[in-house]
Amino acid sequence: MVPQDYYIALSAILFTIGALGVLIRRNALIIFMSIEMMLNAANLAFVTFANTYQHLNGRIIAFFVIAVAAAEVAVGLALIVAIFKSKHSIDVDQMSSLKG
Amino acid sequence: MLLEYLAIAVLIVLATVVALIAIGLGGLFGPKKKTVNKSMPYESGMMPIGPGTRRMPVRYYLIGVLFILFDIEVVFFLPWAIVFRQLGWFGLIEMVVFVAILLVGYVYAWKKGALEWE
Amino acid sequence: MPPINFNDIEVLLPLIILVIWACLLLLVDLFIPKKHKWLTALLAAFGLALTLGFTLSQLGSESNGFCATGKPSICMVVLDGFSVLVNALLLLTGLLGVALAYGYLKRMGIERGEYYTLMLFSISGMMLMAQASDLIIVFLALELLSLPLYVLSAFARSNSDSQEAGLKYFLLGAFSSGFILYGIALVYGATGSTSLSQIFEIASVGTSSLLLTIGAALILVGLGFKVAAVPFHMWTPDVYQGAPTPVTAFMTAGAKIAGFAALLRVFGSAFPNLSEDITPILWALSAATMIVGNLLAIAQTNIKRMLAYSSIAHTGYILMAFVPYGNPEVAPVSIAAGLFYLFAYTITNFGAWGVVIALEQKESKGLQISDYAGLRRKYPVLAGAMTVFMFSLIGFPPTLGMVGKFYLFRAVLSGGYTGLAIIGVVTSLVSAFYYLRVVVNMYMFAGEPKTDNEFWLRFTIAGAALVTVVFSLVPQGLFAWASRAVLKLF
Repeated sequence: MVPQDYYIALSAILFTIGALGVLIRRNALIIFMSIEMMLNAANLAFVTFANTYQHLNGRIIAFFVIAVAAAEVAVGLALIVAIFKSKHSIDVDQMSSLKG
Repeated sequence: MLLEYLAIAVLIVLATVVALIAIGLGGLFGPKKKTVNKSMPYESGMMPIGPGTRRMPVRYYLIGVLFILFDIEVVFFLPWAIVFRQLGWFGLIEMVVFVAILLVGYVYAWKKGALEWE
Repeated sequence: MPPINFNDIEVLLPLIILVIWACLLLLVDLFIPKKHKWLTALLAAFGLALTLGFTLSQLGSESNGFCATGKPSICMVVLDGFSVLVNALLLLTGLLGVALAYGYLKRMGIERGEYYTLMLFSISGMMLMAQASDLIIVFLALELLSLPLYVLSAFARSNSDSQEAGLKYFLLGAFSSGFILYGIALVYGATGSTSLSQIFEIASVGTSSLLLTIGAALILVGLGFKVAAVPFHMWTPDVYQGAPTPVTAFMTAGAKIAGFAALLRVFGSAFPNLSEDITPILWALSAATMIVGNLLAIAQTNIKRMLAYSSIAHTGYILMAFVPYGNPEVAPVSIAAGLFYLFAYTITNFGAWGVVIALEQKESKGLQISDYAGLRRKYPVLAGAMTVFMFSLIGFPPTLGMVGKFYLFRAVLSGGYTGLAIIGVVTSLVSAFYYLRVVVNMYMFAGEPKTDNEFWLRFTIAGAALVTVVFSLVPQGLFAWASRAVLKLF
């Protein structure tokens, strides 16, 4: 068996990579993928902890998170496609018509 | 234990080495003649048409998203199906409610014409 | 076989009715011809009013719902005085939101029935948030309230500002959801439970664990994003400016109420033991939010942006009420003051946004503060109402804003946070500068503002102005209600 700590460390690393990706990358799609990575890092943590405590809660939560992530994909992609249609770019640095 | 995975690790290393040797020998001793036809991308023997990265119509995206939305719900059916007998009527009613909500979304997508290809 | 428990359904009855209504409305709207979308608006308002009736009928009842088999203390949702009060406030927000939106959508040519359905779904998420007693319900409610709001922000599809607002809101909202979820995962890891009451019990036995503190901090960051507290406020002005104005009005009130409800539920019921660590953070967040929000608002020339920064500043004031959340002697009064302030802010805020909607023209015209010049001469009633709202946002008598600030500062002072109260008073004085600039523009300068005659919009503005003034004279009943509502929480 691989020790539980490894999974938690991996999930923390994934979460950090995701959060950094959101802050550093400028392409809306990649930012979105980074956010998905953060959610999945949390999923990994949930499943690992559920294994530690030997009860089902954490695994069920992971299901809910997957479903929520799918709903987020639908909304997010729709927004990104709509923006790409009108601006022909999804670079978030070019989203600057609102400022002040 | 990690040792249980040793056999797989050995297999991976062996497979990689054998493949590398085979390709390496071919590259070392085989004849090399470059022609225009040879450097063309392979498209089942036909002349390649158009650029390699074709753009998909945005319709695929709509169908894809709808597929994901309804497909993910299977995640809730599987555990439900396993404990269906223990849950009894309660479980059945719960699932009917769940499917009814999905149906609302389905009817909406249908009526809005999201399922039509043309 | 688990029996079907009708008590569970009773606890969530208003919510269930609202969700069923929203689903039916989504289907019914498909068959309502484009010219008659007023029917959808009417049906949505009727659904909200019906739910409001059921919510008020729950006054005084207390119960838990969806509890673990054999363990009545571990439950998913809860019904108490607090949830009833917050739900009623949210439904009122929804009704005002529908009233503001109807004429606007028509005028801007973006009238589609989905607007109202999305709003109903968002409100059901907010209501679930107020009733949640399990972290996973908090997360699901958060997503249920946020996802429709992302879509609503981008509702004016042809307007690139609206698209941009939608994308920015979506990216940062999903980002913050990620933080909250990871925080929940860590809390689950530290305590082995997601039930708020269980977490409290487990955390109060053992020594404080680092995992739990980090988890709570991550949840705080995520909720900070949602209620737009500094330094997590960067998205707010852009989103509030770009989104269609009725959506902005709805977001500033509804999302804030729900965010604070979650903050109170999660931190009040699960993490009172962490208050030594969390209270200083809340103190700093509140102070920074008041200072930054008010200072940045001064520089704005666009009224939507100005009101956006004003909404950030008001987040700071409401956060003040949450600072002593772990001290059971001070917290009830303080939280009650916070709830009262939320009510005052909701009414005033809807009124002010209503005036903005009345003066907004196509292609984002009529949104500069200078466009308000000459309003008194042409539309004296509208100018009078706007003056009331501006006074209320500053905290001048005789308005609800003044009473709210009075209760709030009194509670904060009695909790011993003199420094915070001083910052609150000083920033309120600073805020007078930019709120009064709108009034000066309306009364002193000449100009030709234009507005359409929309009955429901006028009705809402006049009603909000009336309530702002009248309730400031008799606030005791409402404050007593808020005090009773939070009493059981501690």
